Amino acid sequence: MNFWIVQALNGLQLSMLLFLLSIGLTVIFGLMHFVNLAHGALYALGAYVGVSAFALTGMYWGAFLLAPIAVALAGVVLYLGLIRRMRKAGPMNQVLVTFGLIFVLLDITRIIWGDLALSIPEPQLFTGRSEVLGVAYPTYRLFIIGLGLTVMAGLWLLLSRTQIGAMIRAGVDNDQMAACLGINVERLFFIVFCIGCALAGLAGAVAAPVLSVTPSMGTQLLIPVLIVVVIGGLGSLKGAIAGSLLVGFIQTFGAVLAPQLASVAIYALLAAVLIFRPAGLFPAKA
Amino acid sequence: MNLTVKSALAGAFALSATTAMAQEDVIDVGMILPYVGVYASLGEEIDQGFVLALEEAGMTDRFNIIREDTEASPQVGVAATRKLVLQDEVDVLTGLVSSGVLAAIRDFVDQSQTPLIVSNAGNDEATGADCSPYITRVSFSNAQVNRPMGQWLYDQGVRTVYTLAPDYAAGRQHIGAFVTAFEAAGGEVLGQDYTPFGQTQDFGPYLTTAQAADPDAIFVFYAGGEAINFVKQYDSFGIKDETPLYGSGFLTSQLYLDAEGPAALGVITSLHYLPTLDTPENKAFVEAFQAKANRLPSEYAVQGYDAGRALVEAVKAGATDRESIKEALRDVQYTGPRGPLEIDPATNNIVQNVYIYDIVEGEDGKLTQELLDTVEAVRDEPNGCEL
Repeated sequence: MNFWIVQALNGLQLSMLLFLLSIGLTVIFGLMHFVNLAHGALYALGAYVGVSAFALTGMYWGAFLLAPIAVALAGVVLYLGLIRRMRKAGPMNQVLVTFGLIFVLLDITRIIWGDLALSIPEPQLFTGRSEVLGVAYPTYRLFIIGLGLTVMAGLWLLLSRTQIGAMIRAGVDNDQMAACLGINVERLFFIVFCIGCALAGLAGAVAAPVLSVTPSMGTQLLIPVLIVVVIGGLGSLKGAIAGSLLVGFIQTFGAVLAPQLASVAIYALLAAVLIFRPAGLFPAKA
Repeated sequence: MNLTVKSALAGAFALSATTAMAQEDVIDVGMILPYVGVYASLGEEIDQGFVLALEEAGMTDRFNIIREDTEASPQVGVAATRKLVLQDEVDVLTGLVSSGVLAAIRDFVDQSQTPLIVSNAGNDEATGADCSPYITRVSFSNAQVNRPMGQWLYDQGVRTVYTLAPDYAAGRQHIGAFVTAFEAAGGEVLGQDYTPFGQTQDFGPYLTTAQAADPDAIFVFYAGGEAINFVKQYDSFGIKDETPLYGSGFLTSQLYLDAEGPAALGVITSLHYLPTLDTPENKAFVEAFQAKANRLPSEYAVQGYDAGRALVEAVKAGATDRESIKEALRDVQYTGPRGPLEIDPATNNIVQNVYIYDIVEGEDGKLTQELLDTVEAVRDEPNGCEL
């Protein structure tokens, strides 16, 4: 019994990390029709900034605060320099450009921080293990779960209860109509893009104490995150939540129950969803 | 006029003849290493170790090093090797971090009869079934560094183990050699998992499964970023308190200790080199390497050094061209930073000590390796090798 509780927590923790990454990607995708493959590279950048911020401040919380800000700033630069120009360029060009961007960012991190894997220690507050449902589980992983749930709730409130949320939903549903109604869609895109980047940076800083920081960490997580987005449906919060939980749990329990199939299990899920619900489980557009 | 041309030509000929004479003394070395990509830091360590060996011998002028980048790609490795052998006409090749690249260039090296000194790639076949008189390995074989741990663990009272490794050839060879020796000693393997290579960052699910099998110990092979993830996560789940962690020494290599932090304390592994070995040869090496690179040498630096040193010894013994270098390499024998070593005439693989060590906190508060035991002069069976 304890075994399954721990594995369920493992699944939940992975899901939350996937959620932090996929929500930024999916909203940018849904709202802007923009395929940003470099999202994973921004996550790696967040982890590396976290390493430096930790070295600078000597505290984990320095990394936790500075990484999202730094990656959001990198997002501003990217948006003004590249994304804005590529908005109307069509999906193929966007994929090619952001694919190239992955390698540029990869080499930039490599030049600045080197090839050797780096790491940040867990924050003092969350070291050791805590008791949940009768099992001892690493406290820091519980923190990741809690953070993911908090961000989830915050975004839900933002999207469903605020004016900017209503504007974003309108923009995802029909950006031309939203523009006709007087919403500055362009500025909205910019804000959402920056928030998405900040969340990617946050995910990087949060992952750094558990997963070591390597130049390739972004590309490693990009595939599961893209699968989350496709399974969940483009542009929807509900889809990102459902997709993250599905992928997180299938990866975890696949590793436990059928290790030799673990690496193909999520692709099987992807294929099944694409066959039966090509638009994803909770597509934002009707 | 005619005469002038003739004498000028004669002069040019004479000049080129003398430069050719002078160059005969210089040995062209083709160095095939990854200088970019995931293995770049290993390539850099090996290169620095190699150059250090030439400097130490005062023979940097005797060698002309031509460097080619393999990344970690077999195709690029084949192209680089062909270029070095056919175009640059090198006298000897050295390097190779990736076993995949070594396997890809093996036939070409053998057929072109170019001696190759392998400075990392540990795939067992290279000095086993696929061995070649032209391939000499001064690093290790995957089986060599792990086999001794089978008996040793049993002697420590460990009766049951659970093993974990990435799902690729090296992972299976590292674990396979240990398991064969451990079972031969009388131990039992309760379970084995091979994690998707390059895709597994979270070992939580596997660790929980391993713990549930309740073994006396867990034995693993992981390297690089995976090693850091594994050691930290193993500690954070609290498995350390109940089930000790053993493994191949790459798990707690000098390169990763800083990133692993206190989680690595008490982990016991085996490897062919430790920077903390208390021998005059090693102390001199560590000092020289630190002066050059400003950090402790890793096993990769030593492998690079021994590739250079083996070549120096061969040239000192009178070798000058491909054929004589190949022959002289087989007789190489000396006591270096990692202890006494020689080349096994049966396989052309190195015969060396394997050190079993754990991680402790040093006097300066930094983590360091503490030698527990030495298994002397470990050699591989020919395993199908016919030289």
